[in-house]
Amino acid sequence: MSGDESRIDQIRRILKEHGRLSSDPGTLGEDADLYRAGMTSHASVNVMLALEGAFDVEFPDRMLKRGVFGSILSIRSAIDELAGG
Amino acid sequence: MNETGTLRVGIDLVLVSRIAESIERFGDRFLRRIFTAREIAYATAAPAQTAERLAARFAAKEATIKALRLRGRAIDWRDIEVCRTATGFVELALRGAAAEAAARCGASDLAVSLSHEGDLATAVVVTRVRENSAA
Repeated sequence: MSGDESRIDQIRRILKEHGRLSSDPGTLGEDADLYRAGMTSHASVNVMLALEGAFDVEFPDRMLKRGVFGSILSIRSAIDELAGG
Repeated sequence: MNETGTLRVGIDLVLVSRIAESIERFGDRFLRRIFTAREIAYATAAPAQTAERLAARFAAKEATIKALRLRGRAIDWRDIEVCRTATGFVELALRGAAAEAAARCGASDLAVSLSHEGDLATAVVVTRVRENSAA
């Protein structure tokens, strides 16, 4: 398994635990809109805090916006930037 | 009060039990990322009501984001604060990017109302923005 796949898998696991999505994050497309899949603003905060713990990063203020948590790909992009890709 | 302009409203509904879950799972990290020191102090002053007070405040922040159409912008949750007046009413205080966005659309007046019952907490925010404001 490549490092990239591992990071995506970790994000999917966190979404499954904290995202409260109506679809299974394991089968959701990487570019699927997580808010359309049922994620609330509150759930996105939980996802953010879980991501910070899992990847040992902290989301700066400039990243506290809806688009950053809008899809698996956008989350991976943010994690890549914060943790190093 | 400026009676021209366009009225905007935002509403949000939060499950108190989910806020309690977040506090249990993430503790201070959750509190400090979302709420100001004053909001935390007020909510934790009554331990039996901490989750419902914070749930209503979370709803108020989200309702403000909806009323001011701030979705998509980088907004620190703590820049939208629910303050209690000496007479027990609640008001909103905006800072940082939230205040700048409000100023850009001419939203000088903001009114908020909170309520909770059982596991539900809700907030409504009403504001008047400049006519034809795109924001």
